[in-house]
Amino acid sequence: MTKGLPLRALPALTLLAMLGPVAAGLWGTVLPAFGHFPVAGQSGPSLDPIRHLLDWPGLGKAIWLSVFTGVTATVVSLGLVVLITAGWWGTRTFRALERILSPLLSVPHAAAAFGLAFLIAPSGWFARIASPVLTGWDRPPDWLIVNDPWGLSLVAGLVAKEVPFLLLMTLAALGQSDGTRGLRVAQALGYGRLTGWVKCVFPRVYAQIRLPVFVVLAFGMSVVDVAVILGPSTPPPLSVQILRWMNDPDLSQRLTAAAGALLQLALVLGTLGVWILAERAIGAAGRRWTARGGRGRFETGLRWIGFVTGGASAIAVLAGLSGLVVWSFAGFWAFPDALPGGFGLRNWNRHWPGITDAFTDTAVVALVSAGLALALVIGCLEAETRSGRTLTRRGLWLLYLPLLVPQTAFLPGLQTLLLSLGADRGLGPVIAAHLVFVLPYVFLSLGDPWRAWDQRNARVAASLGATPAAVLWRVRLPMLLRPILTAVAVGVAVSVGQYLPTLLIGGGRVATLTTEAVALASGGDRRAIGVYAVAQTAAALLPFAAALAIPALMWRNRRGLHG
Amino acid sequence: MDKGMTLRNLRITRDGQPLVGLDRAIAAGEVLTVMGPSGVGKSTLLAAITGTLGPAFKCSGEIWLDGHEISNAAPHERRVGILFQDDLLFPHLSVAENLAFGLRPGGSRTQRRAQIDAALSEIDLDGFADRDPATLSGGQKARVALMRMLLSEPCALLLDEAFSGLDAALREQMRTLVFERAKARSLPVLMVTHDTEDAAAAGGDVIRLG
Ligand SMILES: Nc1ncnc2c1ncn2[C@@H]1O[C@H](COP(=O)(O)OP(=O)(O)OP(=O)(O)O)[C@@H](O)[C@H]1O
Ligand SMILES: [Mg+2]
Repeated sequence: MTKGLPLRALPALTLLAMLGPVAAGLWGTVLPAFGHFPVAGQSGPSLDPIRHLLDWPGLGKAIWLSVFTGVTATVVSLGLVVLITAGWWGTRTFRALERILSPLLSVPHAAAAFGLAFLIAPSGWFARIASPVLTGWDRPPDWLIVNDPWGLSLVAGLVAKEVPFLLLMTLAALGQSDGTRGLRVAQALGYGRLTGWVKCVFPRVYAQIRLPVFVVLAFGMSVVDVAVILGPSTPPPLSVQILRWMNDPDLSQRLTAAAGALLQLALVLGTLGVWILAERAIGAAGRRWTARGGRGRFETGLRWIGFVTGGASAIAVLAGLSGLVVWSFAGFWAFPDALPGGFGLRNWNRHWPGITDAFTDTAVVALVSAGLALALVIGCLEAETRSGRTLTRRGLWLLYLPLLVPQTAFLPGLQTLLLSLGADRGLGPVIAAHLVFVLPYVFLSLGDPWRAWDQRNARVAASLGATPAAVLWRVRLPMLLRPILTAVAVGVAVSVGQYLPTLLIGGGRVATLTTEAVALASGGDRRAIGVYAVAQTAAALLPFAAALAIPALMWRNRRGLHG
Repeated sequence: MDKGMTLRNLRITRDGQPLVGLDRAIAAGEVLTVMGPSGVGKSTLLAAITGTLGPAFKCSGEIWLDGHEISNAAPHERRVGILFQDDLLFPHLSVAENLAFGLRPGGSRTQRRAQIDAALSEIDLDGFADRDPATLSGGQKARVALMRMLLSEPCALLLDEAFSGLDAALREQMRTLVFERAKARSLPVLMVTHDTEDAAAAGGDVIRLG
């Protein structure tokens, strides 16, 4: 039983690794927000930082942008996922949509945003393909499409990435909620497919994807990298402005940043509160709508809207990624030409040293944080198995908490805290910060397959004399090799995509493919951006290829593991 | 030393409500059949004996095996073998590796390999050592699962509808094989089944639950 002790401590350790930095960061935000910041020679309490924040002329617009883009992106993504699933679930079309949407999940946000920007900008691919024949342009028009003041292209970039996420969560929820029979009953009662699904199946599905929807909302309201690439800049959304204050050489601006971070937290919490109220209202309206017994109208039109929009968003990301690849190999490329005049390795050669440096940091941070996360998660799940206590509702909330607290609300505080401890350098703190976000995703990814494993295998092994450790190492882990590697790949993809934690906690000294790529955004060197964004995407996608290839190779003679 | 298995006032509750109980001795070489409607708790009873009850269940009473009380022993220390309706061969191991998983530790590599080859020929599966278990027929899988369990030298044998997945002819064969081996090793057997033919073939007492 002495061996059982460390295992039982793992859930607590995991919670600490996940929530410790969040709590510390929030604490580190509150102090400077109220004027206490010894490193810059300030000691509080005072309301000056908050006054400075309120004095910033762009504040109203920045707040409005954060709320508008976050809420719009969430509503549109959720609506689209509902239209696609309600209209097409169970059909061949749905499987096709699912197949092109799911790989997009692991494409880093920044790369997807760059791809979209290269597509829709006035000098982007669309304009080039349509010119000069359709448009008559021989010079790019002077339009502000990307970085538009309303943040619409920012919304589009977020939607393109959140639809795959919510779709995958919906599919997982459908697997557990017996939707097929619900829909069949509704159809037998004369309901159209879409109306029947929304009335019968959606309420159960929504109950299960609620937390992921909250994550999308909190993320959309506080995202930095996508906003830097696609969002407006004068003024930018609040999150980007917080980062500008953080990066200001004048240390005292960090106090304003801290006050902004608190405001960001309040905004997200407030919006979540309004969202929850809206859930109630819509739920009540939905019940009345269901009680009226209408069998559905405009079904065909709505189904096709879902199909076309969903397909378009997938194609936009894929075309955007292709655009990045083309730019990365492009030689001279005059404006209205649809393709560059020549291709070559020049851009890659030029950026190769930078790429390899950034790749090393990226790989070290991603592999270490994903490895640590895997060890902790397996420890937690095994402790769960042995104690027989499964994750409660509250536990699930704790798991989602690091994804619900906006990064811009606690990372600035965490950095200030590390700065005052003199621990703001090296890869260690960056890895710890990544772990906060990698852990929940690894847990969510491995949890279901872990629990779905046939427990009788363990009983048989034990009856053959295998100790609990032997059952774990010799039976359970090998049999779960594929989901384990997938969970690692998810963790790596999450880590590769992290922008703010790397930038802030690394203090500018840890350069990953993501920080390097986003840093290029303002310069507008499309070839350099293409090279870095392609490298970033590859770093996020390669582990998934490995997660498919390794079990296929290792278990090539074991048909029972290819189900 | 008194051989055999004794369940002394074994009582199982689920969430505090009594579910099943049994108070019986099974002599070495005897087969006790337990029958009863679905959901009455037959599988749960076997899980109590192997020490793998789910967290919703509690059990009281004593389980004795060959003169030792095993009620509080860890599952892997109980030396109670169990066969389910599914063969549950480990899909990541070859047939020989599955058998080696069961075989008690000890002996050199060649000795162990020889033991496994002998075991394979005992169940008419010579030359199947390196096969993927997923490529075996249902009857072959059942025999490997039986042999894997016997190689772990259990002191008692539990059967949870172990023959239900097999067609009539195969079922007959498998029954004979299992009961023969159990008798040869003087193992007490507790068999759960829905099938009266299983009970008749076992020849021992039948207990009806529920
Ligand atoms: N993990 C569990 N938690 C709570 N209840 C359980 C659990 N596993 C089984 N049960 C319940 O305990 C009761 C007994 O189940 P058990 O599997 O022992 O039945 P059984 O007699 O073997 O039935 P069958 O003939 O269908 O195999 C059932 O009502 C079942 O629903
Ligand atoms: Mg049963």
